[in-house]
Amino acid sequence: MSLTTARAEPSIAGVGDYIELMKPRVMSLVVFTALVGLVVAPGHLHPVIGFVALLCIAVGAGAAGALNMWYDADIDGRMERTAARPIPAGRIEPGEALAFGIMLAAFSVVILGLLVNIVAAALLATTIAFYVLVYTMWLKRRTPQNIVIGGAAGALPPMIGWAAATGGISLEPVLMFLIIFFWTPPHFWALSLYRTEDYARAAVPMLSVVAGPAATKLQILVYALILAPLGILPWVLGYAGFVYGAVAVAGGATFLVLALRVRAEQHGFAASKQLFAFSILYLFLVFAALLVDHMSPALFGHLAA
Amino acid sequence: MTMSVLMNEEPDHGVRLTEQQVRARRARSIAIAVALGVLVVLFYIVTLVKGPAVLVRPL
Repeated sequence: MSLTTARAEPSIAGVGDYIELMKPRVMSLVVFTALVGLVVAPGHLHPVIGFVALLCIAVGAGAAGALNMWYDADIDGRMERTAARPIPAGRIEPGEALAFGIMLAAFSVVILGLLVNIVAAALLATTIAFYVLVYTMWLKRRTPQNIVIGGAAGALPPMIGWAAATGGISLEPVLMFLIIFFWTPPHFWALSLYRTEDYARAAVPMLSVVAGPAATKLQILVYALILAPLGILPWVLGYAGFVYGAVAVAGGATFLVLALRVRAEQHGFAASKQLFAFSILYLFLVFAALLVDHMSPALFGHLAA
Repeated sequence: MTMSVLMNEEPDHGVRLTEQQVRARRARSIAIAVALGVLVVLFYIVTLVKGPAVLVRPL
Protein backbone atom coordinates (compact mmCIF):
# COMPACT_ATOMS: atom_id res chain seq x y z
CA MET A 1 0.00 0.00 0.00
CA SER A 2 1.33 3.38 -0.87
CA LEU A 3 0.75 6.61 0.97
CA THR A 4 1.54 8.73 -2.05
CA THR A 5 -1.60 9.94 -3.74
CA ALA A 6 -2.02 10.47 -7.46
CA ARG A 7 -1.41 14.05 -8.41
CA ALA A 8 -2.62 15.76 -11.56
CA GLU A 9 0.27 16.37 -13.91
CA PRO A 10 1.36 20.04 -13.64
CA SER A 11 -0.01 22.03 -16.54
CA ILE A 12 2.01 22.76 -19.65
CA ALA A 13 -0.66 25.09 -20.98
CA GLY A 14 0.79 28.28 -22.35
CA VAL A 15 -0.88 31.67 -22.71
CA GLY A 16 -1.56 30.85 -26.36
CA ASP A 17 -3.63 27.83 -25.36
CA TYR A 18 -5.87 30.00 -23.19
CA ILE A 19 -6.21 32.53 -26.02
CA GLU A 20 -7.18 29.64 -28.33
CA LEU A 21 -9.88 28.64 -25.80
CA MET A 22 -11.44 32.06 -26.38
CA LYS A 23 -11.94 31.36 -30.12
CA PRO A 24 -10.16 34.52 -31.33
CA ARG A 25 -11.51 34.29 -34.91
CA VAL A 26 -15.11 34.19 -33.71
CA MET A 27 -14.26 36.91 -31.24
CA SER A 28 -12.97 39.21 -33.99
CA LEU A 29 -16.32 39.07 -35.83
CA VAL A 30 -18.19 39.61 -32.56
CA VAL A 31 -16.07 42.65 -31.72
CA PHE A 32 -16.45 44.07 -35.22
CA THR A 33 -20.25 43.79 -35.30
CA ALA A 34 -20.45 45.16 -31.73
CA LEU A 35 -18.23 48.08 -32.78
CA VAL A 36 -20.61 48.88 -35.64
CA GLY A 37 -23.62 48.74 -33.29
CA LEU A 38 -21.80 51.03 -30.88
CA VAL A 39 -20.65 53.57 -33.48
CA VAL A 40 -23.89 53.87 -35.49
CA ALA A 41 -25.96 54.34 -32.32
CA PRO A 42 -27.18 57.91 -31.77
CA GLY A 43 -25.63 60.14 -29.14
CA HIS A 44 -22.08 60.48 -27.94
CA LEU A 45 -20.11 57.88 -26.03
CA HIS A 46 -16.70 58.73 -24.60
CA PRO A 47 -14.06 56.73 -26.52
CA VAL A 48 -12.68 55.25 -23.30
CA ILE A 49 -16.12 53.98 -22.29
CA GLY A 50 -16.59 52.66 -25.83
CA PHE A 51 -13.27 50.84 -25.59
CA VAL A 52 -14.24 49.33 -22.22
CA ALA A 53 -17.55 48.16 -23.71
CA LEU A 54 -15.80 46.46 -26.65
CA LEU A 55 -13.21 44.89 -24.35
CA CYS A 56 -15.95 43.44 -22.14
CA ILE A 57 -17.87 42.16 -25.16
CA ALA A 58 -14.66 40.54 -26.50
CA VAL A 59 -13.90 38.91 -23.15
CA GLY A 60 -17.53 37.80 -22.79
CA ALA A 61 -17.36 36.19 -26.24
CA GLY A 62 -14.10 34.53 -25.18
CA ALA A 63 -15.79 33.21 -22.04
CA ALA A 64 -18.59 31.69 -24.13
CA GLY A 65 -15.98 30.11 -26.41
CA ALA A 66 -14.05 28.62 -23.47
CA LEU A 67 -17.22 27.20 -21.89
CA ASN A 68 -18.25 25.78 -25.27
CA MET A 69 -14.86 24.06 -25.62
CA TRP A 70 -15.13 22.72 -22.06
CA TYR A 71 -18.53 21.13 -22.71
CA ASP A 72 -17.77 19.94 -26.24
CA ALA A 73 -14.29 18.51 -25.57
CA ASP A 74 -15.54 14.97 -26.22
CA ILE A 75 -17.01 15.67 -29.66
CA ASP A 76 -14.18 18.09 -30.54
CA GLY A 77 -11.78 15.20 -30.09
CA ARG A 78 -13.69 13.14 -32.64
CA MET A 79 -13.76 15.82 -35.32
CA GLU A 80 -10.81 16.47 -37.58
CA ARG A 81 -11.50 20.23 -37.63
CA THR A 82 -11.42 20.56 -33.83
CA ALA A 83 -9.23 17.68 -32.60
CA ALA A 84 -6.22 19.98 -32.09
CA ARG A 85 -8.08 22.31 -29.72
CA PRO A 86 -6.38 22.68 -26.30
CA ILE A 87 -8.64 20.30 -24.32
CA PRO A 88 -8.87 17.31 -26.71
CA ALA A 89 -5.16 17.73 -27.47
CA GLY A 90 -4.46 17.40 -23.71
CA ARG A 91 -2.83 20.79 -23.20
CA ILE A 92 -5.58 22.12 -20.91
CA GLU A 93 -7.64 20.16 -18.38
CA PRO A 94 -11.45 20.48 -18.77
CA GLY A 95 -11.72 21.86 -15.23
CA GLU A 96 -9.20 24.59 -16.02
CA ALA A 97 -11.22 25.63 -19.07
CA LEU A 98 -14.44 25.65 -17.04
CA ALA A 99 -12.91 27.84 -14.32
CA PHE A 100 -11.35 30.13 -16.94
CA GLY A 101 -14.68 30.52 -18.78
CA ILE A 102 -16.73 31.19 -15.64
CA MET A 103 -14.19 33.74 -14.41
CA LEU A 104 -14.09 35.58 -17.73
CA ALA A 105 -17.89 35.58 -17.99
CA ALA A 106 -18.29 36.98 -14.48
CA PHE A 107 -15.62 39.66 -14.93
CA SER A 108 -16.86 40.80 -18.36
CA VAL A 109 -20.51 41.11 -17.29
CA VAL A 110 -19.80 42.79 -13.94
CA ILE A 111 -17.30 45.27 -15.39
CA LEU A 112 -19.61 46.11 -18.31
CA GLY A 113 -22.39 46.74 -15.77
CA LEU A 114 -20.20 48.83 -13.46
CA LEU A 115 -18.35 50.91 -16.04
CA VAL A 116 -20.83 51.15 -18.96
CA ASN A 117 -24.46 50.32 -18.20
CA ILE A 118 -26.73 47.62 -16.85
CA VAL A 119 -28.71 47.01 -20.07
CA ALA A 120 -25.54 46.18 -22.03
CA ALA A 121 -24.34 43.94 -19.18
CA ALA A 122 -27.68 42.11 -19.08
CA LEU A 123 -27.54 41.56 -22.85
CA LEU A 124 -23.96 40.25 -22.60
CA ALA A 125 -24.96 37.87 -19.81
CA THR A 126 -27.91 36.71 -21.93
CA THR A 127 -25.61 36.15 -24.92
CA ILE A 128 -23.14 34.04 -22.93
CA ALA A 129 -25.91 32.06 -21.24
CA PHE A 130 -27.72 31.49 -24.53
CA TYR A 131 -24.57 30.29 -26.30
CA VAL A 132 -23.50 27.96 -23.49
CA LEU A 133 -26.79 26.71 -22.02
CA VAL A 134 -29.19 26.86 -24.98
CA TYR A 135 -26.90 26.23 -27.97
CA THR A 136 -24.00 24.18 -26.58
CA MET A 137 -25.65 22.13 -23.85
CA TRP A 138 -29.22 21.84 -25.09
CA LEU A 139 -29.56 22.15 -28.87
CA LYS A 140 -26.25 21.26 -30.49
CA ARG A 141 -26.47 17.49 -29.93
CA ARG A 142 -30.24 17.24 -30.18
CA THR A 143 -31.61 18.97 -33.25
CA PRO A 144 -30.59 20.02 -36.76
CA GLN A 145 -32.07 23.41 -35.87
CA ASN A 146 -29.14 23.85 -33.43
CA ILE A 147 -27.39 26.61 -35.33
CA VAL A 148 -30.66 28.27 -36.39
CA ILE A 149 -31.79 28.96 -32.82
CA GLY A 150 -28.28 29.06 -31.38
CA GLY A 151 -27.40 31.68 -33.99
CA ALA A 152 -29.22 34.22 -31.84
CA ALA A 153 -26.20 34.31 -29.53
CA GLY A 154 -23.88 35.33 -32.36
CA ALA A 155 -26.41 37.91 -33.55
CA LEU A 156 -26.65 39.80 -30.25
CA PRO A 157 -23.27 41.67 -30.18
CA PRO A 158 -24.43 44.68 -32.31
CA MET A 159 -27.37 45.04 -29.91
CA ILE A 160 -24.95 44.99 -26.97
CA GLY A 161 -22.84 47.66 -28.68
CA TRP A 162 -25.94 49.77 -29.32
CA ALA A 163 -27.12 49.32 -25.73
CA ALA A 164 -23.65 50.29 -24.46
CA ALA A 165 -23.95 53.60 -26.34
CA THR A 166 -27.60 54.41 -25.68
CA GLY A 167 -28.67 52.40 -22.65
CA GLY A 168 -31.53 50.89 -24.68
CA ILE A 169 -32.60 49.09 -27.86
CA SER A 170 -34.45 50.26 -30.99
CA LEU A 171 -35.34 48.95 -34.46
CA GLU A 172 -31.89 49.53 -36.05
CA PRO A 173 -29.98 47.11 -33.79
CA VAL A 174 -32.85 44.64 -34.16
CA LEU A 175 -32.29 44.76 -37.94
CA MET A 176 -28.58 44.12 -37.40
CA PHE A 177 -29.52 41.20 -35.16
CA LEU A 178 -31.83 39.78 -37.84
CA ILE A 179 -29.17 40.07 -40.57
CA ILE A 180 -26.69 37.99 -38.52
CA PHE A 181 -29.46 35.63 -37.37
CA PHE A 182 -30.48 34.75 -40.95
CA TRP A 183 -26.87 34.76 -42.14
CA THR A 184 -25.79 32.11 -39.61
CA PRO A 185 -27.62 29.01 -40.98
CA PRO A 186 -26.43 29.25 -44.62
CA HIS A 187 -22.93 30.07 -43.35
CA PHE A 188 -22.68 26.95 -41.16
CA TRP A 189 -24.64 24.68 -43.47
CA ALA A 190 -22.27 25.53 -46.33
CA LEU A 191 -19.44 24.40 -44.05
CA SER A 192 -21.32 21.30 -42.91
CA LEU A 193 -21.84 20.16 -46.52
CA TYR A 194 -18.14 19.42 -46.91
CA ARG A 195 -17.67 18.41 -43.26
CA THR A 196 -20.62 16.00 -43.08
CA GLU A 197 -18.48 12.98 -42.18
CA ASP A 198 -16.77 14.95 -39.43
CA TYR A 199 -20.09 15.94 -37.86
CA ALA A 200 -21.49 12.40 -38.32
CA ARG A 201 -18.44 10.90 -36.56
CA ALA A 202 -19.11 13.21 -33.61
CA ALA A 203 -22.86 12.42 -33.75
CA VAL A 204 -23.72 16.10 -34.11
CA PRO A 205 -27.10 16.22 -35.92
CA MET A 206 -26.22 18.91 -38.43
CA LEU A 207 -28.81 19.28 -41.18
CA SER A 208 -26.48 17.71 -43.75
CA VAL A 209 -26.05 14.65 -41.51
CA VAL A 210 -29.71 14.21 -40.62
CA ALA A 211 -31.51 15.33 -43.78
CA GLY A 212 -28.83 14.93 -46.43
CA PRO A 213 -27.17 17.34 -48.84
CA ALA A 214 -30.22 18.03 -51.06
CA ALA A 215 -32.39 19.25 -48.16
CA THR A 216 -29.46 21.26 -46.77
CA LYS A 217 -28.88 22.97 -50.11
CA LEU A 218 -32.57 23.86 -50.33
CA GLN A 219 -32.51 25.32 -46.82
CA ILE A 220 -29.38 27.33 -47.69
CA LEU A 221 -31.24 28.80 -50.66
CA VAL A 222 -34.34 29.61 -48.56
CA TYR A 223 -32.25 31.43 -45.98
CA ALA A 224 -30.32 33.27 -48.71
CA LEU A 225 -33.67 34.38 -50.16
CA ILE A 226 -34.60 35.82 -46.75
CA LEU A 227 -31.15 37.29 -46.06
CA ALA A 228 -30.68 39.20 -49.33
CA PRO A 229 -33.74 41.50 -48.96
CA LEU A 230 -33.27 41.69 -45.18
CA GLY A 231 -29.75 43.01 -45.75
CA ILE A 232 -31.14 45.83 -47.91
CA LEU A 233 -33.80 46.80 -45.34
CA PRO A 234 -31.65 49.28 -43.33
CA TRP A 235 -31.15 51.26 -46.56
CA VAL A 236 -34.83 50.98 -47.60
CA LEU A 237 -35.96 52.18 -44.16
CA GLY A 238 -33.55 55.12 -44.30
CA TYR A 239 -31.20 53.94 -41.53
CA ALA A 240 -28.27 53.70 -43.96
CA GLY A 241 -27.21 55.55 -47.09
CA PHE A 242 -26.14 54.85 -50.63
CA VAL A 243 -22.87 53.07 -49.85
CA TYR A 244 -24.63 50.59 -47.59
CA GLY A 245 -27.44 50.09 -50.13
CA ALA A 246 -25.00 49.36 -52.96
CA VAL A 247 -22.97 46.91 -50.86
CA ALA A 248 -26.09 45.17 -49.51
CA VAL A 249 -27.65 44.79 -52.98
CA ALA A 250 -24.44 43.53 -54.62
CA GLY A 251 -23.56 41.31 -51.64
CA GLY A 252 -27.07 39.87 -51.35
CA ALA A 253 -27.19 39.15 -55.10
CA THR A 254 -23.80 37.39 -54.97
CA PHE A 255 -24.93 35.40 -51.92
CA LEU A 256 -28.03 34.27 -53.82
CA VAL A 257 -26.07 33.32 -56.94
CA LEU A 258 -23.63 31.27 -54.85
CA ALA A 259 -26.52 29.59 -52.98
CA LEU A 260 -28.04 28.67 -56.37
CA ARG A 261 -24.68 27.25 -57.48
CA VAL A 262 -24.51 25.18 -54.27
CA ARG A 263 -28.02 23.88 -55.03
CA ALA A 264 -27.02 22.98 -58.59
CA GLU A 265 -23.71 21.35 -57.61
CA GLN A 266 -23.83 17.60 -58.24
CA HIS A 267 -20.23 16.57 -57.51
CA GLY A 268 -17.60 17.97 -55.18
CA PHE A 269 -17.88 20.90 -52.80
CA ALA A 270 -16.32 23.80 -54.69
CA ALA A 271 -19.52 25.88 -54.59
CA SER A 272 -20.09 25.12 -50.88
CA LYS A 273 -16.56 26.20 -50.01
CA GLN A 274 -17.03 29.32 -52.11
CA LEU A 275 -20.30 30.18 -50.35
CA PHE A 276 -18.77 29.58 -46.92
CA ALA A 277 -15.84 31.90 -47.70
CA PHE A 278 -18.08 34.54 -49.28
CA SER A 279 -20.54 34.46 -46.37
CA ILE A 280 -17.80 35.71 -44.04
CA LEU A 281 -16.89 38.44 -46.52
CA TYR A 282 -20.59 39.36 -46.92
CA LEU A 283 -21.12 39.92 -43.21
CA PHE A 284 -17.91 41.91 -42.93
CA LEU A 285 -18.76 44.08 -45.96
CA VAL A 286 -22.33 44.78 -44.87
CA PHE A 287 -21.28 45.91 -41.40
CA ALA A 288 -18.26 47.80 -42.73
CA ALA A 289 -20.60 49.63 -45.11
CA LEU A 290 -22.85 50.59 -42.20
CA LEU A 291 -19.78 52.00 -40.48
CA VAL A 292 -18.57 53.89 -43.55
CA ASP A 293 -22.05 55.26 -44.19
CA HIS A 294 -22.31 56.52 -40.66
CA MET A 295 -18.83 58.02 -40.50
CA SER A 296 -18.81 59.72 -43.91
CA PRO A 297 -22.22 61.33 -44.42
CA ALA A 298 -20.69 64.47 -45.90
CA LEU A 299 -18.66 62.50 -48.43
CA PHE A 300 -21.36 60.15 -49.62
CA GLY A 301 -24.55 62.07 -48.85
CA HIS A 302 -24.72 63.76 -52.26
CA LEU A 303 -24.47 60.40 -54.05
CA ALA A 304 -27.68 59.24 -52.43
CA ALA A 305 -29.57 62.34 -53.57
CA MET B 1 -2.36 0.55 7.83
CA THR B 2 0.55 -0.23 10.15
CA MET B 3 3.54 1.86 11.23
CA SER B 4 5.91 -0.47 9.41
CA VAL B 5 4.20 0.35 6.13
CA LEU B 6 4.54 4.03 6.91
CA MET B 7 8.24 3.67 7.76
CA ASN B 8 9.00 1.87 4.51
CA GLU B 9 7.53 4.61 2.31
CA GLU B 10 9.85 6.79 0.27
CA PRO B 11 9.88 10.37 1.55
CA ASP B 12 7.65 12.64 -0.53
CA HIS B 13 9.73 15.31 -2.26
CA GLY B 14 6.67 16.94 -3.85
CA VAL B 15 6.19 17.73 -7.49
CA ARG B 16 9.27 18.53 -9.53
CA LEU B 17 8.37 20.63 -12.54
CA THR B 18 10.03 20.03 -15.86
CA GLU B 19 11.66 22.92 -17.69
CA GLN B 20 8.66 23.17 -20.00
CA GLN B 21 6.22 23.25 -17.07
CA VAL B 22 8.23 25.98 -15.34
CA ARG B 23 8.29 28.08 -18.51
CA ALA B 24 4.55 27.61 -19.04
CA ARG B 25 3.78 28.53 -15.42
CA ARG B 26 5.94 31.65 -15.63
CA ALA B 27 4.18 32.74 -18.83
CA ARG B 28 0.76 32.19 -17.23
CA SER B 29 1.79 34.13 -14.12
CA ILE B 30 2.99 37.06 -16.22
CA ALA B 31 -0.26 37.02 -18.24
CA ILE B 32 -2.33 37.11 -15.02
CA ALA B 33 -0.21 39.99 -13.69
CA VAL B 34 -0.64 41.93 -16.94
CA ALA B 35 -4.41 41.31 -16.91
CA LEU B 36 -4.66 42.56 -13.32
CA GLY B 37 -2.54 45.62 -14.18
CA VAL B 38 -4.78 46.41 -17.17
CA LEU B 39 -7.85 46.10 -14.92
CA VAL B 40 -6.41 48.56 -12.37
CA VAL B 41 -5.46 51.07 -15.09
CA LEU B 42 -8.88 50.64 -16.72
CA PHE B 43 -10.75 51.43 -13.49
CA TYR B 44 -8.44 54.39 -12.84
CA ILE B 45 -8.95 55.91 -16.31
CA VAL B 46 -12.72 55.33 -16.28
CA THR B 47 -12.92 57.02 -12.87
CA LEU B 48 -11.10 60.05 -14.33
CA VAL B 49 -13.32 60.06 -17.43
CA LYS B 50 -16.59 59.78 -15.53
CA GLY B 51 -15.61 61.97 -12.64
CA PRO B 52 -18.27 62.15 -9.91
CA ALA B 53 -20.71 60.44 -12.30
CA VAL B 54 -18.82 57.18 -11.83
CA LEU B 55 -21.33 56.16 -9.18
CA VAL B 56 -24.36 57.11 -11.27
CA ARG B 57 -25.58 54.14 -13.29
CA PRO B 58 -29.14 54.72 -14.44
CA LEU B 59 -30.91 51.92 -16.26
